[in-house]
Amino acid sequence: MKKKHRGDLLLAGSILLLAGVLLFLFRPGGQGAWVVVTADGAEIARYPLDEDRTVRLGDDTDYNILQIAGGAAAVVEADCGDHTCVRTGEISREGERIVCLPHRLIIQIEGGDGPVFDASAG
Amino acid sequence: MGKQVARYALLVALAMVLSWLESLIVFPGLLPGMKVGLTNLVVIFALYRMSLRDAAAISLVRVLLVSMTFGSAYSFAYSLAGAVLSLAVMAGLKKLDKFSILGVSIAGGVCHNMGQLLVAMAVLGTARLGWYLPWLLVSGVAAGTATGAVGGLVVNRIKPGI
Ligand SMILES: [Zn+2]
Repeated sequence: MKKKHRGDLLLAGSILLLAGVLLFLFRPGGQGAWVVVTADGAEIARYPLDEDRTVRLGDDTDYNILQIAGGAAAVVEADCGDHTCVRTGEISREGERIVCLPHRLIIQIEGGDGPVFDASAG
Repeated sequence: MGKQVARYALLVALAMVLSWLESLIVFPGLLPGMKVGLTNLVVIFALYRMSLRDAAAISLVRVLLVSMTFGSAYSFAYSLAGAVLSLAVMAGLKKLDKFSILGVSIAGGVCHNMGQLLVAMAVLGTARLGWYLPWLLVSGVAAGTATGAVGGLVVNRIKPGI
């Protein structure tokens, strides 16, 4: 029994350690430069973060209103069921993102020299 | 046979209650529709006190019922992926006999989240959701510890074949 508890501890410890390392690797960077919109896995738009604008993403039935103002981006309105995208609030730092799963939409902040971190690349 | 059905019904009912409870828990690192996996408590009980087949059957019935009751478009795929991956890993680790019920449950909790993440990646068509991984690992360990601790107590108190 004792031996098994050591196994449990090792297992939980190594998972938490991995989480800590990943959190450090994925930490948000400094002020970003671009707001990149991805739908269904493909980039559909890219706006400079320092230009204020309001964009309606999507169609008549599925939409998200993206607002860029004062160097920060936010989804201010959406008709998805869960509104997680709206509740995410403002993003402005490199690597930060807003996800709307029902609309298969990702809005991400990138720096001047492309993405800080791209999980698909490794 | 009647006793078997009654026991199944009891466990599925308990799983439904836990599903309702977890629908109230909003964990910041989870994607919409993802669940922390409290229902693993019932699955782990079935795994330790009944059989793998019973655990799988209860798990499947629970996923179907929950999706019909409080389901959204993605919740069925989420729950199913989480349930299948988690049960497979828990059954494997239990057989390996290197961890107590707590460790098995922690692995189950983490795999439950991994299964859901894989579905979300498929839905969004991107591997970029790797960002969510750290929080999913942490919440998986937390939920697994809770269900494993309670599950351990229950499994030790209740005799086989109630
Ligand atoms: Zn949304």
